[in-house]
Amino acid sequence: MYQVKHGYKEEEYIDSTGFNHSRCYYLCFCGNESYFSMNQSVTQKNARLVRTLILIIIGMFGFGYALVPLYDVLCDITGLNGKVEASAVKEVSYEVDKNREVTVEFMTSLNELTPMVFNSEMKKMKIHPGQYYRVNFYAENKTDKVMIARAIPSISPGQAAEYFKKTECFCFSEQTFKAREGRTLPVRFVVDPALPKEYKTVTLAYTFFDNTEISVQK
Amino acid sequence: MSAIVAEHEHDHHEHGPAKGLLRWVITTNHKDIGTLYLVFALAMFFVGGSMAMIIRAELFEPGMQFVNPQFFNSMTTMHALVMVFGAVMPAFVGLANWMIPMMIGAPDMALPRMNNMSFWMLVAGVLLLASTLFMEGGAPASGWTLYPPLVLQTGTALPFAIFSVHLLGISSIMGAINIIATIFNMRAPAMTLMKMPLFVWTWLITAFLLIAIMPVFAGAVTMLLTDRFFNTSFFDAAGGGDPVLYQHIFWFFGHPEVYVMILPTFGVASTIIPVFARKRLFGYSSMVYATASIAFLSFIVWAHHMFTVGMPIAGELYFMYATMLIAIPTGVKVFNWTATMWKGSMTFETPMLFSIAFVVLFTMGGFTGLMMSVAPADFQYHDTYFIVAHFHYTLVPASVFILMAAGYYWLPKWTGNMYDERIGQLHFWLSTISVNILFFPQHFLGLAGMPRRIPDYAVQFADWNMISSIGGFIFGASQLLFLYIVIDTIKGGTGIKATDEVWEDAHKHGLEWTLPSPPPYHTFTTPPAVVPTEHEHI
Repeated sequence: MYQVKHGYKEEEYIDSTGFNHSRCYYLCFCGNESYFSMNQSVTQKNARLVRTLILIIIGMFGFGYALVPLYDVLCDITGLNGKVEASAVKEVSYEVDKNREVTVEFMTSLNELTPMVFNSEMKKMKIHPGQYYRVNFYAENKTDKVMIARAIPSISPGQAAEYFKKTECFCFSEQTFKAREGRTLPVRFVVDPALPKEYKTVTLAYTFFDNTEISVQK
Repeated sequence: MSAIVAEHEHDHHEHGPAKGLLRWVITTNHKDIGTLYLVFALAMFFVGGSMAMIIRAELFEPGMQFVNPQFFNSMTTMHALVMVFGAVMPAFVGLANWMIPMMIGAPDMALPRMNNMSFWMLVAGVLLLASTLFMEGGAPASGWTLYPPLVLQTGTALPFAIFSVHLLGISSIMGAINIIATIFNMRAPAMTLMKMPLFVWTWLITAFLLIAIMPVFAGAVTMLLTDRFFNTSFFDAAGGGDPVLYQHIFWFFGHPEVYVMILPTFGVASTIIPVFARKRLFGYSSMVYATASIAFLSFIVWAHHMFTVGMPIAGELYFMYATMLIAIPTGVKVFNWTATMWKGSMTFETPMLFSIAFVVLFTMGGFTGLMMSVAPADFQYHDTYFIVAHFHYTLVPASVFILMAAGYYWLPKWTGNMYDERIGQLHFWLSTISVNILFFPQHFLGLAGMPRRIPDYAVQFADWNMISSIGGFIFGASQLLFLYIVIDTIKGGTGIKATDEVWEDAHKHGLEWTLPSPPPYHTFTTPPAVVPTEHEHI
């Protein structure tokens, strides 16, 4: 059995928020109410706290969404994840580094729900940084319907992505293919001579996605 | 109880619980809701456990035996979701409901109606999740992390699973709000913050973690939903999105989430060990600060789950060192528990046995965590059974063992009856031996390269898998003893009535032991005048 050893009438109990507990304890002997149920002040404090916490919760929900642009900004700055420019860069002339050779590999793949033929005319080529090159890809719609498809590029290693510049690419916009249409898709690119020395091979990979459904709905 | 208090209680709304089954639906009493949470969590522990049994049965031998691969993957996913959101988290919320008001001298939780709502929302969420098992295309099978693009291939179940996550999230958030409000506003006058039992402290910090992370997870799954049904492209590469983004958002939630399951565990261990060592807790304030440090660090280490996605070396190094830092406050705790036992007059009743096993086995799980924090080494461990062994060591012989310890420790208080100590000890030894047979070989499997989440494997992994499965079956069966003990104790147990303090000198450690066993329906309608503290007594 527990016992109330002594009352708190003489002593003041004020907590960190400045709430005087001793007063309400006193009240519970005087008034015909129990300790907390009558205590307006605790109810008000609860309501205030709940409001603050709900604001934090809404804020954190927003923070989750804020991570999306933050992530893109971070990837742009660092060139991480092989993210590359989604639009053409202006053609500037670099000093061609004839003494240095970099191997550029080309990879083509299809999303599993994309009925196409997709390949590149060469698997890899040796290039000099600073010089512009053109390489052709070939894509063909295997269906009997119009297809709107989009190629998503990726560069490995990710850190090399910012040095790989494209002045022309079929990946900058959606490509519309008529039924059974096949055509050649060129890419014009240059590797910035500032590419750190340790990178001897850079891989450019494209994946084609069938976006017909999404594009039509939009 | 002194006459004046009894008279005072008599004057007011001291009616007992409502009659009949409706009591459990409409109750706003913290003890009733605590019981509901605990019973529900125990039921889900067996549901999730049965799923684990299916997994271990399939992995008993190489080759496909019992289930198809799709269902196997659903089982790993559902086992994790049910255990995390249906068993471990609700069990701790149940303990919080029962114990926090009684530990801080409050008459009830601060927001009793919301308390009721958060429980029933949990039930709705788990039922919705379970219903996906019967849908076309099966339950989610992409792992509990729900990574796109794989998770977007889920059949009819996807939106149901996502709404279920929303419900579970809202339920946890409401629970967290309630706990914070109770601890901040309802403490007895004498119960200052630094006199609170550590269970209360760890729950306060955990509640803040939940408030911060659950909305982020809700956001992440909402993005999955809109990607699938409303043509957004957050994670869809075709539209310019990136699946790795999901991993970042998920683990911003996911890493603190694993601490949501371990911090209250630390709190219960810090509550039980001093009682059976008959000493005060060693380093009370360092325990509080260590808990807060772990909580803070949990927000800045998330990408250690993603070392292999392609990060710059600076990122790998940062997340590696930040992760290693967590070992320091965690080490403080382990040393404090050890120092608490040092030269104590220890006795080894079931709650203490489970607590000691927790200290030892959790430390092992912590050490494998430290191994994985080494970024270059993690490339070997990533997505292998080594990871499975690691987090099961930190969850099963840690969180689950401590929940068992809490059950044995407080059941006599809750029911007024002593449990059968012999069966308790049997349950402990069977569990401890079998849990190691179950999970320890998985370290070897992982180091040898066996990947997680596969229904079939190369024959080189056969022996250890068979041993692991045998351990699993023994562990699963042993838990029925716990079920028996809980039912038996409620029905009267050994026939020995529990005293008010149950454990020798327990009243010096916590306010709940100053109440009768079982406590009346309403307790501390007037706040206790004197509170035991972690520092002053003994």
